[in-house]
Amino acid sequence: MLIRKLGYSALTASILLLSGCEGGVLDPKGQVGIDEKYLIVVATVLMLLVVIPVIGMTLYFAWRYREGREHEIYDPKWAHSTKIEVVVWLIPIVIIAILGTLTWYSTQELDPYKPLDHEHEPITIQVVSLNWKWLFIYPEQGIATVNEVVFPKDVPVEFKITSDTTMNSFFIPQLGSQIYSMAGMTTRLNLIANEAGEFDGISANYSGAGFTGMKFKAIAKDSEQDFEKWVSAVKHSPATLNDDSYAQLAKHSENNPVSYYGSVDSQMFQHVVMQFMGNMKQQDMHGEHQEHSAQMHMQAED
Amino acid sequence: MSLLGNLTLDAVPYHEPIIMVTLAVIGVIGLAIVGLITKYQKWGVLWHNWLTSVDHKRLGIMYIILALVMLIRGFSDAIMMRTQLAMATNGAAGYLPPEHYDQIFTAHGIIMIIFMAMPFMIGLMNIVLPLQIGARDVAFPFMNNLSFWLAAAGAVLINISLGLGEFAKTGWLAYPPLSEMSFSPGVGVDYYIWALQISGIGTLLTGVNFLATVFKMRAPGMKLMQMPIFTWACTWANILIVASFPILTAVLGLLTLDRYLDFHFFTNDGGGNAMMYINLFWAWGHPEVYILVLPAFGIFSEVISTFTGKRLFGYTSMVWASGAISILGFVVWLHHFFTMGSSADVNAFFGVMTMIIAIPTGVKLFNWLFTMYRGRLRITVPVLWTLGFMVTFSIGGMTGVLLAVPGADYVLHNSLFLVAHFHNTIIGGAVFGYMAGFAFWFPKATGFHLNERLGKYSFWCWQIGFYVAFMPLYVLGFLGMTRRLNHTNNPDWNIWLYIAALGAVIIFVGIVLQFVQLYVSIRDRKQNPDVDGDPWNGHTLEWSTASPPQFYNFAVLPKVHDIDAFTDMKEKGIEYQAPDEYMPIHMPRNTAAGMQIAGAAGIVGFALIWHIWWLAIVGSLGMVVALIARCYAKDVDYYVEPQEVAEIERAHLASVATVKEEAL
Amino acid sequence: MSAVPETLKFANDHGLHTDDHGGGHHDEHQDTGGNTLFGFWLYLMTDCILFASVFATYAVLYMNTDGGVSGKDIFDLNFVLVETAALLVSSITYGFALLCAHKQQKAGTLLWLLVTMALGCVFIAMEVYEFHHLIVEGNGPDGSAFLSSFFALVGMHGLHVTAGLIWMLVMVLEVLKRGLGAQTVTRLGCLSLFWHFLDIVWVCVFSVVYLLGAM
Repeated sequence: MLIRKLGYSALTASILLLSGCEGGVLDPKGQVGIDEKYLIVVATVLMLLVVIPVIGMTLYFAWRYREGREHEIYDPKWAHSTKIEVVVWLIPIVIIAILGTLTWYSTQELDPYKPLDHEHEPITIQVVSLNWKWLFIYPEQGIATVNEVVFPKDVPVEFKITSDTTMNSFFIPQLGSQIYSMAGMTTRLNLIANEAGEFDGISANYSGAGFTGMKFKAIAKDSEQDFEKWVSAVKHSPATLNDDSYAQLAKHSENNPVSYYGSVDSQMFQHVVMQFMGNMKQQDMHGEHQEHSAQMHMQAED
Repeated sequence: MSLLGNLTLDAVPYHEPIIMVTLAVIGVIGLAIVGLITKYQKWGVLWHNWLTSVDHKRLGIMYIILALVMLIRGFSDAIMMRTQLAMATNGAAGYLPPEHYDQIFTAHGIIMIIFMAMPFMIGLMNIVLPLQIGARDVAFPFMNNLSFWLAAAGAVLINISLGLGEFAKTGWLAYPPLSEMSFSPGVGVDYYIWALQISGIGTLLTGVNFLATVFKMRAPGMKLMQMPIFTWACTWANILIVASFPILTAVLGLLTLDRYLDFHFFTNDGGGNAMMYINLFWAWGHPEVYILVLPAFGIFSEVISTFTGKRLFGYTSMVWASGAISILGFVVWLHHFFTMGSSADVNAFFGVMTMIIAIPTGVKLFNWLFTMYRGRLRITVPVLWTLGFMVTFSIGGMTGVLLAVPGADYVLHNSLFLVAHFHNTIIGGAVFGYMAGFAFWFPKATGFHLNERLGKYSFWCWQIGFYVAFMPLYVLGFLGMTRRLNHTNNPDWNIWLYIAALGAVIIFVGIVLQFVQLYVSIRDRKQNPDVDGDPWNGHTLEWSTASPPQFYNFAVLPKVHDIDAFTDMKEKGIEYQAPDEYMPIHMPRNTAAGMQIAGAAGIVGFALIWHIWWLAIVGSLGMVVALIARCYAKDVDYYVEPQEVAEIERAHLASVATVKEEAL
Repeated sequence: MSAVPETLKFANDHGLHTDDHGGGHHDEHQDTGGNTLFGFWLYLMTDCILFASVFATYAVLYMNTDGGVSGKDIFDLNFVLVETAALLVSSITYGFALLCAHKQQKAGTLLWLLVTMALGCVFIAMEVYEFHHLIVEGNGPDGSAFLSSFFALVGMHGLHVTAGLIWMLVMVLEVLKRGLGAQTVTRLGCLSLFWHFLDIVWVCVFSVVYLLGAM
């Protein structure tokens, strides 16, 4: 018993320790991540209100009513008490009602598709997961990068994400939410960096042999000027992202270095998405429908 | 096309020293076992009394042996992964190349869930459930034997992949398009498909069989709401099996068509939709975790009420809580992929539904607590597992509810936090439960006790090892480490990876101690017999039989008036009464048909994996012929004469009387 | 050990344990295949879920024609109507077979079983023709997700019907050789459930795939 208690306090201690740790989802540098950290803390505290008493009662009851304590009441036929039954149903119901409400509203609030509430217009970055690297296309700036994504701090970024291969998950832990990248579909993710810095970006869904090396850096620049400076530097890169160089890039490769394309075919991202769509007759399947088609499955399931 | 399809000698991984050594060890152990059986001339016994047996108790024991063997395999995978990750820090490559490592984590998942946990659960259910409801066997004893052999055939297939070809490198979910031909052209995914498909059909038959047993074979007088709580928990699990395993059959079938016949269900091209697979897979996969854990809940209920010497608190609540969990288990699958881009309303709905499951689960915890209240708790090995479960599972449940909040899942999804969570519930819930059940019913199944001291040592290693191994994974999840990485390059993570590896070693000691316990207990079996069949002062009918029970279970079917039917008999003083006369008992004969059919199924699976078409056809015909032959077999049953029953019962009652006298 | 009464045999052939569970004493003649029929019902429920999963897949994918043909282009309703009629009538004729079996009329049972088989064969033959025709035209299951799900759903039903036909053939032989014992009648009862079940599934396939598809 003692050891378990120790284990538990070690857990608490490690959580405390963690908040001092750098990196990771408990050290967020963007509003989305901050909200999500707060949500995790609140939900955990709410649940601990039940979990700690349950663990305490388990150990206490086991100790108090153990064999050999003849002075304790022994009531072998006692198996029902309406009062207790009502209470043991009510306690979890109340906690879950609170948590459920919190879940409902926080889910609306933290919907990755929802544009962030910010005075600044968002910039759009298109993301393509390839085997095994990330391609970032800046449609407004006309440039593209591999395994490095750069944006100014305090400016919302809208990522439009797809895949030219298996399913991956686009994730920058310190900025918040992740979302899957899937071939033939566009998913969206809205993030913002509150601080300048360089953050780790990963694929959070296993995608085959080169998965471990499928990392990128997300760099939040101090100001929009700094960002523009970076953009114009990239524009000087000789490489152009067109069908040929894209085909070259799409070949399987692992642990790719960062590279830049000074110019990009304007329809590149659309081409990548559409290549899997065939010549479908129903044009309306292309847009919103595909993005939300996970919902269609659910109805089908019912 | 060669006679052996795609199978050539190149399929043997000579270049992998780890695999070759493993194969050598397996070969030596296998030869040793064959040698021992030959030396002691046990082939006949093995064949007639075990392999062809239709007796649910023997099948149960064989299931558990299968589970323990697979535990060794699955745990070897686990400890290889943990050591690899402890070594491959700071960008080092470690000792496992990615293509081997990726097979290991896939195999670990499938083996532990499908070939360790499921057979363990089904084994316990086999041994106990018919006894608890006062039945002489299950509804379809031959089908029960077939189910076992189908599970075994699947297990054999997955282990053949070790030495011939490769296993899937997709993760245990085998999500397409990664698992499609274009990204996984090898035989790995095919091994995955056929091993899972064959054993899955076995499980499906088990579900049908035990539901028919429970609804049709209960002892006279036993109403549904008087069934022992473990039987109820299993019944809910069987309902889940019957309702969810066909979905697995379907989704694997569709993936098969994609891979073999160029269909386009889940491919990137041709209009396929991989999200369909993910939805269907989890429509099976989520109920599956409740299939694993509900029977464990039932075991905890039995253990707590037996060892406190009390009735279970809130029986009705318990039954309906399990029912609520079962039904809710079907409307939460989407929480496995909140990050797929569904709308906020959909995510929120599935998040809230998931949380609602915490209500009946919480009620169960409280009911166990109040069962202990005013009891006399004997701290035995099964009780230790139960208490360990109650503490550990509370934490696992909490992290589960946290993951059910979509906002939290957006940053924790697929991280090591998730890995820690589901090990927290599956080890801390299901496996601890099976261990409790194993220690609890071991004397019943074998007729002698397990060594209590070694059992306690093993428990403490598991318990401590679990926390040391998995709490660091929660931390790593918060630090942003995702699952299925084969090496890392982040100094902040190292310490936690080292601690986790240490935890795995402690669990390893626990497992070793368990096998030592088994060895010592078998060696000392003469000193620790369970003579009267009721070692713990049990409540339910299984304890009214001899240990091990007679092959016909009950000489006379008991009449039931109470939930705790055996306690009721003991209070009335009629627990060891011989009837006025015995009637003939009708028994099924053992048969090799189950082995034949499942063996043919295994051959078909193997042939399809390697594209040996003629063999697949021959195997399929073999299955059909064996099935029809079984249907028209004569001499499939016999009667045990009353004199024989009377003699067996007289001897048993006499030895019970001796024990009772000694006790006085 | 004694011989087993003939009336008990059926259950054991299914691996069934025929001990009573209702009465307190041992009544050897009580169980009349109740377990078998109940178990078979349970099996049919699982089969139902299997079909439901593939139906769901079809419902999700039927729009994904990948620029190829859709249902409107390939379904010939008149053809399918004949196919459907064959299967529906076969359900009725099977009903006659079962009625005869219950009345212990061996010849009638055999006759109606053979009629049912003939109708089942017509159904399967027409389906094979349809599939063959589609594949020859270049509209095989590898054409698009729509075609894949169409072939899978209809084909799975067809395989079930084929299995039912093989089972029926075995039953014809059984009735010929062993007559209409309790065991045989129970088995005919199970096959009856199976056959009607496939009929109901086909009605769903017909309405969802063909009728809605052709519209």
